Formats: sequence, C-alpha cells, structure tokens
Amino acid sequence: MTTATIPPATTRRRQRFNSAYLYVAPSLLLIGVFIAEPILRSGWMSLHDWTVGEDTHAWVGLGNYTELFGDERFRNALGVTGLYTVVVTAGQVLGGLALALWLRRTTWLTALLRSAFFFPTVASFAVVGVVWKFLLDPQVGLINGWLGEVGVTGPSWLADTGLALPTVMAVGIWKGVGFSMIVLLAALQGVPVPLMEAATLDGANRWQRLRAVTLPEIRPALLFTTVISTVTSLQLFDLVYVMTGGGPLFHTESIVTYLYQRGFVEFRLGYASAIAWVLFLLILAVSLIQLRIARSDDDQ
Amino acid sequence: MTSETLARVEAPAWLPGTLKIFKNIIRYASWGVLILAAAATVLPFVWMIGVSLRTPADLYADPARLWPGEWSVAGFHAVLTQLPFARLAFNTFVFAGGTTILLVFLDSLAGYALARLKFRGRQAIFIVILATLMVPFQVTIIPVFLTLFDLGWLNTFQGLIIPRATSALGIFMLRQFFRTLPAELDDAAHIDGANSFQIYWRIVLPLAKPALASLFVIQFMALWNDFLWPLVVSSTLDMRTLPSALTLFSSQSGVDHAALMAGAAISLAPLAVAFLVAQRFFVQGIATTGLK
Repeated sequence: MTTATIPPATTRRRQRFNSAYLYVAPSLLLIGVFIAEPILRSGWMSLHDWTVGEDTHAWVGLGNYTELFGDERFRNALGVTGLYTVVVTAGQVLGGLALALWLRRTTWLTALLRSAFFFPTVASFAVVGVVWKFLLDPQVGLINGWLGEVGVTGPSWLADTGLALPTVMAVGIWKGVGFSMIVLLAALQGVPVPLMEAATLDGANRWQRLRAVTLPEIRPALLFTTVISTVTSLQLFDLVYVMTGGGPLFHTESIVTYLYQRGFVEFRLGYASAIAWVLFLLILAVSLIQLRIARSDDDQ
Repeated sequence: MTSETLARVEAPAWLPGTLKIFKNIIRYASWGVLILAAAATVLPFVWMIGVSLRTPADLYADPARLWPGEWSVAGFHAVLTQLPFARLAFNTFVFAGGTTILLVFLDSLAGYALARLKFRGRQAIFIVILATLMVPFQVTIIPVFLTLFDLGWLNTFQGLIIPRATSALGIFMLRQFFRTLPAELDDAAHIDGANSFQIYWRIVLPLAKPALASLFVIQFMALWNDFLWPLVVSSTLDMRTLPSALTLFSSQSGVDHAALMAGAAISLAPLAVAFLVAQRFFVQGIATTGLK
C-alpha cells in the first residue's frame, strides 16, 4: 500500500542493490578466503623455498618441481599411488557392478545384503584402518588365527614389503565397493523395462542384454563412479597413515602421505605445495582423459 | 530363431531335466557365495565388538575365536579413562554437527539465489563455485593452515568449523533441486506480498526437506569421519576429534587391544545408528552427490 508513495529515486536505488547478493555472499566469502585464494597462494608458494621458521622465502622458480622429478621418494610415491588407483578403481567399479546386477531386484534378502556391502562406506578410514591393522596382526589377528587353525603360518601382512600394498588395496576395495554398488543400483533402476523386454523378445540372452542394453544405459553412472573412485584413490592418505604409516620401507607411501611428511612434519611448505600442485594436475589430467574416452566412445 | 538349427541335433530326453538341476545348483550356490561375501564384509566390525569385550589373556590364548570366551568390559573402562573420551566425543559432535548445520544453511541460501533469483553475474558465480570442485583439498590445506595461524584460529572450534562451513558440492546439489520446484509457487507468494526471504524460508525450504536431509546426513558423515583436516588444525589432545585421537592412540606402544576396539566401536556407533535409522538419506545423498 505504500509503494505508490515511494519516490522514483528510491526505486532506482533498490534496483541498484539486489538483495540476491546477500544470499550468496556468505558462501562466496568462505569459498574466496578458504578455497580460491589458497589455491593461488599454494601455486605461489610452490615457486619459493618456503620453510616455516625462516624469515625469508627465496624465489626458486620451478626449482621445487625440478627437484621433485629427481626425487626418488616422490617417484616411488607416484608409482605406489598409480598402482593403488588402477587396482582399487577397477576392483570397486567391477565389484560394484557385479553386486548391483546381482542385487538388482528388491527383496528383503537383497536389501539386507546391500546394507551389508554398503556398511564399510559409512565407517571412517580411521576406524576401518585401526580394525584392519589388528585384524591382520600376526599375534592377535583373526586372519592369521584362522590360518593357524588350518595349519598355515600366516605372514605379517603389513610388515612384508611385498604384501603391504596389496593388503592396503584389498581394504580399499572392501571399503569403497558399496559406494559404486549404490550409484550403479540407482542407475539400473532407470533402465527402461520395455527396452529389456524388447531385447528378451528378440531372443537376446542374459549376456547379450547386459552388453547391448544395460551397460549402454548405465554408462553415465559407470563413468561417474569410475571418475570418483579414481580421484579419491589418487588422494589416498588416511588408510595408509593409519595402517602402515607409509612403510615398510616406503612401500605404501602415497603422494599425499609424502606431502604430509614434507609439509606438516618437516614444514617445507614450498616443496609440499609443489607436490600438491602436481597432484592437482594429475587429477585434472586423469579425469579429463576419462571423460574424453567416454565421449569418443559416444561418437562411434 | 536358433531352434531350427538346434532341432537337427536330437537332444537326449534326460538332458533338459539335468540341465535344470545344474542351473538350480549354480543359482543357489552363487547366492550362497554372495551371502558369505556379505558376512565377510561385516566380519571386521563383528570382530571389533568381540575384541572390545575380551580380556588380553583370552585374546592371546585363542585369536581364531570371533567372540569372547571370557566377557569383560575392561576395554571400555580403559578407553574411557586413558583417553579424555567424553571430551573427544564432544569435540567431534561440535565439529561435525556445528559445521553441518551452518553448511546446510549457507548452501541452501546460495543454492536458492542461484536457482531462483535473478542478479547480475549469477552464471559467473555459479561457474566459479563449480570450478573449485575440481581442486583437491590437499592443494588448499597449507595456505589455509597459514591463514588460520595468522588469525590465531589453530586448535580452536572456529578454526575447525568456519573454513568448512560451505561446500560447492552442496550448493550445486541444492541448486539443482530448487530448480525442479515450479516457478508459479514464487509468483503466487509474491502476489500475496511475500519477500524473497519469506519465499525461501516458508515455501522452498519445506519442499526441499528430503534434499536437505540427504545433504545433512552425508556431510555429517563426511565430517564425523574426517581425518586430515582435524589432524592438521588441532594440535592438543583436548581439541582432537575421535578419528585422529583413535589413530594416535593406536600407534602408542603396548596398546590395549580391547581398549582400542572399544574406542573404534564407540566412534562408529553414532553413524551406525544413524545409518540403520536413515539409510534412505545416506543412499540418496551418496547416489546424487558422489560424496563418500
């Protein structure tokens, strides 16, 4: 009722300030201060010899990066992380796909089994790591206890240089397979029933239906869970930190474990920032390649 | 179509019946394998509870046993006295709960504006927010650590909570959801004299309850379980959260297994209960955002 009395000047001012900005301001401020600016600053720091406690931070250009590529320990971490990522992503996606296909229909039994396979996803890496560390313990662990029952002396899984990484990988797959299963189950519910019926009528057997109908229909979800698995595997840290601490003899040291060591134990922040940026570029490159492969398949 | 070619070879009369039996055996056997696999998947958690209730002597005497031969609550007693456990649980609740409440509120505000309000730069802001999703957390953690140091926020609740109080993923998820609500709702409310905040608070938020619940549940889970962030920001035991304290506790020499597993069980309990009660929101949240 007062709008008629508002002078034109006020309306102009109201146009100039749009209250919509107030809604995005808090989030934008936080993203700016705690994400956007730190990204740029970490790039800047990676070009310096930036050690905590020293007064000056000398400009070294790409020095940290060139040092990094000659660094045996970093190359080892790259190899460990790469191997872990390939094996764990394949295990999670293929395992998740198998489970999703198998538990596709909803009955009380499949609902129960789905919950069981999904449950490790809910637990923290800290809990999971601590439990597995002692489950695999040569003296008190259940695994070697059971092996002992059948007359086999179990190895010390996490102290053996050949076994430590495969063991951590197995735990990684166990932890994440339920996630892929859930994403793929959701996608499977979206496969049109008439399409499947038509394929069945045309005489396609199970295997043919899977290859010709189901897999193409759930492609976006397969791609999504592959990218997510890859990106999270490349950032492997918690599990290694808790289970092995990177050992034995660096055999499970991942990129982020090494970053933590250089950055937060030795406080060489410039060098650690360079590691972070290499990781960032690696993640970017791998995701782009995966998306690219997916797209070129579409063109065929 | 293939029946014509097959018809030329006469199948023995017993074959179909035998094949059917074989098929059934395979079917039941594979279900059996699947059930065993599911049991194996939750076995570590069952063992965790078992060990938490055993005495050291009982554990060392027979590690192959899943369940206590001799029951004891000494492990729970030990972890509650050796660690400031109440304090750690309180910290974890304040960190995960406080951050999640703030985050859902701020993300819903931003998501609402990006989905339903018109303003200059809307598209650009949305793209900037999405772009930050590409950057791994490890890239920002060192500068953020220095910023918190400058602010004097290291080892404080505000240092733990404020930097995490918004999430690009949450803004994105809620924006997508808010866009699915019909625009006529806003128009009708406008005509009735509601301003944009009233529309947000009274109309959009109530309709978005399932999406908000999903976001809440997965963020709470992610923060409750978060490891690297609280590890870096907190430095004294009384400011630690359960995951990092548990890890430090586990690396002490001569650690009591029952106490450690009791600690693990207690840190898992709230999420396990939440999962059993609100499984739907866990599943929806994870299926829509890909956060784990």
